[in-house]
Amino acid sequence: MAKNKFGFSIHHDRQHNLDTADRNLYNRIALVEPSIQRCIFCGGCASTCTASKFTDLSFRLVSLNLRRGYIDEVKEMVARCMLCGKCTMVCPRDVNIRHLMVLLKKEFSENEF
Amino acid sequence: MEETKKHVLIVGAGIAGLEAATHLEELGYKVSIIEKQQVTGGHVKNWFKTFPYFDASEAIINFAERSLSKFDVYNETQLTYAERNDNGFKVNTDKNKQFQADAILLTPGFKVFDAHKKEEYGYGIFQHVITNADLEKYFRNGWPERDNKNLRFGFIHCVGSRDAKSGNLYCSKVCCATAVKQAIEVRQHFPDSEVYCFYMDLRMFGKNYEEMFQAAQEKHGINFVRARLSEVNQNFDNTLLIKVEDTLTSRPMKLTLDYIVLMSGMEPAENAAQLSQIFGVPTDESGFFAPEKYLVSENNTVSEGVFVAGTATGPKTITETINDARSAALAIHHYLSHSRIPTEHGKE
Repeated sequence: MAKNKFGFSIHHDRQHNLDTADRNLYNRIALVEPSIQRCIFCGGCASTCTASKFTDLSFRLVSLNLRRGYIDEVKEMVARCMLCGKCTMVCPRDVNIRHLMVLLKKEFSENEF
Repeated sequence: MEETKKHVLIVGAGIAGLEAATHLEELGYKVSIIEKQQVTGGHVKNWFKTFPYFDASEAIINFAERSLSKFDVYNETQLTYAERNDNGFKVNTDKNKQFQADAILLTPGFKVFDAHKKEEYGYGIFQHVITNADLEKYFRNGWPERDNKNLRFGFIHCVGSRDAKSGNLYCSKVCCATAVKQAIEVRQHFPDSEVYCFYMDLRMFGKNYEEMFQAAQEKHGINFVRARLSEVNQNFDNTLLIKVEDTLTSRPMKLTLDYIVLMSGMEPAENAAQLSQIFGVPTDESGFFAPEKYLVSENNTVSEGVFVAGTATGPKTITETINDARSAALAIHHYLSHSRIPTEHGKE
């Protein structure tokens, strides 16, 4: 490490700020697929997820990050999903996760579906 | 006729005392209740609606008081002294009213945890930090005048419960469902409002509670955040700034709120310790009355002829309290109908 840095560096703010969080995408998605509102963040989806073994995909976090306005994180995770639908089968609150993933993929897709 | 009836003295005219009195009177006993407050009905009278069916508290009170005219209630009276004699118990009160009773039922109930003790939450310091009990008063008596557009509410679960710093390790049981109920009521009262619930665990243990919680999420758009609030700060414009950890994303989080509602838990009634001493009924480490035998005999105590019911033995819902009171009435009935002790009644 260069001596002129004195061991210090600038860290990015990790704090969620719900006052400025952009909830537009969440609200729009919830309008089309209201079952997302039932999510209790149990992680059943993520534990059964085929992709989660090899990537950092977790629908539990997608669900949370949508609510907190972390759209970039959502976009990155949604790209990992293969739409197999196992998550939807295990969800105790009957959230239609697969449909949500399709909607999000459409949202982030540059091509028309 | 009156002279031959056995006499049960009940301490506390909340819904437990009233319900037990109703059944004991029906079973043929003379019943007297002493109540330290001016009115009967206990805490339920301070509430607006009940969970999970949103029934008016008044309906519960009307039910609990359905036989009120059939027994004697001594309001604004406190028990000061009791001794055993050949005929049961001789009891004295601060009004010098004396009773001779064959059996005693203690239903002193609970007190709402004093939220001032959690100083870091700013109750009594910041104007818009209120408690669940205050919110019920607002619902009953109307809101203090203010601009009610786009208000943001935060409900803080487990205030004075499950908290070693408050000295209360137990769960107060009813606050989770109360928070969800009140959150829904706030959304109905202020349709433009945004509501957040900050919980450690959501304990939706009763029939229809989980359904109420799901409706809160889905129909009423209430946000649930798993987080434990550490402290509240006030901004210059009187809004409240809170910082929590969003434990499900492992990140710190902040937001501005217009109102904070503290879900104060249940503590043993103020006179529970005194009653425990007078009647030789032990308490657990939290101050709730200890029954003769947990799980199977929770209305009897080790003190013969002394029975307990309601939230004096631990936090309970309205339904549980009413059922517990009936159970206590039956336990007293068994005790008195098998009792060989000759009694003298109607003499005070």
